[in-house]
Formats: sequence, C-alpha cells, structure tokens
Amino acid sequence: MAFSAFATGTAQEQAPRRKSRIALFLLLPGILYLVLFFLVPLVSLVLTSFQEPIVNGDIGEYQTAFRWENYTDVIGLYGEHILRSFLYAILATIFALLFSYPLAYFIGVKARRWPLIQNLMLVLVIAPFFISFLLRTLAWKSLLSDESVVITGLKALSLMAPDAHFTGTPAAVVFGLTYNFIPFMTLPLYATLERLDTRLLEAGGDLYSRPFTTFRTVTIPLSMSGIVSGVLLTFIPAAGDYINASRDFLGGTGTAMMGNVIESNFLVTLNYPAAASLSIILMAVILVMVTVYVKRSGTEDLL
Amino acid sequence: MLGEAVTAEKPPLRARRLSWGFGSWLLPAYTIIALVFLLIPIAYTFVFSFNNSVKSNIVWRGFTLDKWANVCDKAEVCEAFGNSLVIGVVATVCATILGTMIAIALVRYRFRFRSAISLLLFLPMATPEVVLGAGLAAEFLTAGVEKGLVTIIIAHTMFCVSFVVVTVKARVSTLDPALEEAGRDLYGSPSQVFWRITFPLLLPGIIAAALLSFALSFDDFIITNFNAGTTSTFPKYIYISAARGIPAEANVIASAVFLLAIILVLISQVSSAMRRKRLAKIG
Repeated sequence: MAFSAFATGTAQEQAPRRKSRIALFLLLPGILYLVLFFLVPLVSLVLTSFQEPIVNGDIGEYQTAFRWENYTDVIGLYGEHILRSFLYAILATIFALLFSYPLAYFIGVKARRWPLIQNLMLVLVIAPFFISFLLRTLAWKSLLSDESVVITGLKALSLMAPDAHFTGTPAAVVFGLTYNFIPFMTLPLYATLERLDTRLLEAGGDLYSRPFTTFRTVTIPLSMSGIVSGVLLTFIPAAGDYINASRDFLGGTGTAMMGNVIESNFLVTLNYPAAASLSIILMAVILVMVTVYVKRSGTEDLL
Repeated sequence: MLGEAVTAEKPPLRARRLSWGFGSWLLPAYTIIALVFLLIPIAYTFVFSFNNSVKSNIVWRGFTLDKWANVCDKAEVCEAFGNSLVIGVVATVCATILGTMIAIALVRYRFRFRSAISLLLFLPMATPEVVLGAGLAAEFLTAGVEKGLVTIIIAHTMFCVSFVVVTVKARVSTLDPALEEAGRDLYGSPSQVFWRITFPLLLPGIIAAALLSFALSFDDFIITNFNAGTTSTFPKYIYISAARGIPAEANVIASAVFLLAIILVLISQVSSAMRRKRLAKIG
C-alpha cells in the first residue's frame, strides 16, 4: 500500500513541463528537512559506529576514528540478540499473516454485500491504533500473568505445567509482537482483497478446479501485492521493536532483542559506537532481506 | 486512508456462493472471534480506568468514577499528556505543510532527481524506529544540542512527512487538472486558482494526513525515548512507570482519547455514507 504509492507514474501524463521554479519552491523545504534530520543522522550514525574511546576520557566520550572492530565486537557480544530479533520478527510476521488473511478475506470479499458492516469491521481492525501501544501491551501482561484467569485455567486443565509461566518467555514476546502489528498486516491485505474480482474465482470453479486449488492459484497470486506490503509493514517494525521484549512488558531475562541492546547501550551505558554499529547492522540486514524478499515474490515494482 | 480504500470501485457481486465449506459459517465465526481478540486489551484498559486502585492498577478494587473526575490529581500524568498534545499539534502542522507541498510537486511537476527524491521519502518509512531515533540522537549529540521538547518535535515532524506525502499524493492524483485549467481560462490568478480550486479539493486528503500524523506522533515512544532528554510524554510516562505500576489516571486519559478518536472516525464514516447516498440519488 504505502510502498507502491511513490512508484505510480502519473506525473508524466499530467505534467507538461511547467515552471520548475515552483516545483523547487514546493520541494525544497521538505527535502531539506529530510536531508537534515533523516539523511545526516544516518551518516552521523555511520560515523559514530567507527568511533573509538578517548584515552583517559570520561564514560561516553569518543573521538572520530575508523575502528572496524566495533562491528566484530558487537557481533561477538550480541550475536544472540541479533539472531533472536530476526527470528522473533519472522515468527510474528508469519502468525500475523495467518491471523489476518482470513479476516481480511471476510471483510474485503464476503462482506461486500453489506458496506456498512464492512466499514464498521474495518474500524474495529484499526481501533487498537487509537489506544496507547504501551498500555495495550501492559494489558496483555496482566491478562496473561500467572494469577490471571487464562493461565490458571490452562493450568487447571493441565494444558500447562503447574510451575510454568507465560509472561517473560519468548512465546509471550512473539505473541505481543504479533498482536501489536496485526493491523499493519490486515489493512494492506484488505486493500487488495477488496478489489479482487470474484468472477475469476467463479471461473476457477467452472473449470472444475477444487476450491483449494482456486485459492492457491487465483486468490493468493492476485493478493500478492497486499501480502508483500503487509509482510514488510509488520516485519520491519517488529525486528526493531524493544517494548514487547522489555522486562517490564512481556519479555524476561532471555528475550532481549536488538532494540533493547541499542537502547541500553545508547541511553544507559553511553556506549554510542556499539549502539550505532548495532543500528547499522539492523538496518543493513533489513534492507537486504526486504530486497531479496521483494525480488523473490515477483513484485519488484513495489519499491 | 480508510476513506480511499472504502470508496474504491468494487467489481460486481457474485451471484452464487462459493461451494467450499470455509465460506459458510466458519469464516464469519472466525472473523467475530478475531475482532473480539483485537479488542480485548482495549476493553481491559477501559474497565481498569474505573478501578478504585490505590497505588498500582493491577488488582480490581471496586468501581469508581473518581479517576475520571480528578484525572489531574496525578500531576505527572496530566503534564505528560499536555506535552504529548503540544508535540502532536506542532509536529502535525509542520509535517502536513511540508508533506503537502512535496505531494503537489511530485504529481504536478517534472524535475530531475525524481527517483532520488522518491527514495528519500520512502526510506524513513522502511527504517526501524530505533535506527531513526538513535541516528537523530547521535546527530544532536555531535551538534551539542540539548534534548527536550524541540528535539522531540523535530523528530516527530521527520517521520510524519513521508506518511503525509503518501496520503496527500493519493488525493492529488485523483484531481482533474481540467478544473484548474478552467480556472485559469476564466482569468483566475495562480493564487486564486490554488486557494479557490486546488486547495478545497485537496482538503479531505490533507485532513486525513494530519489526523494520521497526529496519531503517529501521539503514540510514538521509541523515537521519542532517544530524543526526549528529561521531557516527559504520555507514552514515555507509561514506559517509565511500567515497572512500579501504571496509575488508573493513565487508563482514563488513554480511554478518553480512544473514545474521541472512535467517535471522529464513526462520524466521518456515517457522513461519507450519507454523501454516497445523496450522490446516488442525483445520479
């Protein structure tokens, strides 16, 4: 959805070559702003990632250098956190897709007959956006705590070991990530499924294809652009998230993700080079994964 | 965003039901369960805003309206909320102006470095928030800028601009250039054409973009945390007090904001449904 928005080539048809001074006036403030507060920060992050501590300097004092070892150091120290981040983010993305697809299919295809109900269901899907992300996560923490009805119930039914916990475990973190990013998955899926021409599904049936074959060979390919947008919109924020994995929220001692490590290095121990090199690694891995994924799924025009 | 998706043209309805079992009752039942699941934490937050809690708000201690009546008894909650409102409004105004100008330029004008500019607009949306936050914080650190309200506003404006561009651009590309041409043919000055024709037609898109920006800014925690210094915002207050327990007053504010937002969305839905009906009658 968001990713295809810049790619459309309407300008060529609509715009005869008009005064480029006006274009410059319209573009300059915003572009300058982004250069100053998006691009320059990225560059300064790269520079920081190579800095070295000042000899005899205070904590948090660094000087410009070209210290490659910062990268090997953080990979050695936090390799586990890096792997965990991507593992959790991939799991959350898969669960969010499995959760959202039938939901988006019902709202976008089945509910077309009742536009009002369709719109109300969409409002319910985006409703979580209107209440603080942090409070939602804390609500789950209470609802799934050891004393909660759900967990005591599961234990009473022997579906969970009596001394087991849910909050603080990797499962809880993946659950939280999945829950928090479901609307990002459902909305782009809905946007493509809503435009799905159901006559094509009928044609599949008329040609004696089994429903599952029709779903696999017609519905899925036609909704591919929504799947790709949803996966990216879920995976990217999930990989960088540090709320769910935080110990005060759904995480525990063994669940810290890259975001947690970047935060504690930057804001607590003032180890700016380590935080910066971790950020660059996170961004680089995401860019590589996104490019490969978009190429593989055959929707290159999205970027 | 929502409005655009909803008013899009739909292919004709199929007459026959799909024959596979997935369609009959399983899917509607699943949808209801899924929607209820999405709403559980909201209901929890809302219910616990009426809790007669003492310190932490975890155990139910009976119903009270006290917290709603005296939200600002917890001064830090109200102060954080006030900061969030100020930041949200200022960042929204800045991002909406900058983003709308870019959106108009992108659709209406041809210029060099077009793909570079598109990439520059796309990247902030594809960058994880930790990286955006840490990058800005590193820049402020190098430049020796003290972090506070201003640095939060700068940060929020930055990540909202791209979302404004996407939202407004969708609206600009649906605009018929013939309308503006007609204005010019009737001897309208460029500024008259813009303010009397272009701007009113763009307004729904601009309003949608502004609401989106405000929502993004108001709920942002990660980028804020890196650039706030000692300044508190509503999400930051919740993060800090999570360890010792959130007061019910925070639930009150979150619930009130939620109700307000839902009412606004429902009003816009109903009014657009009524407009469609009117248009259908004329047609």
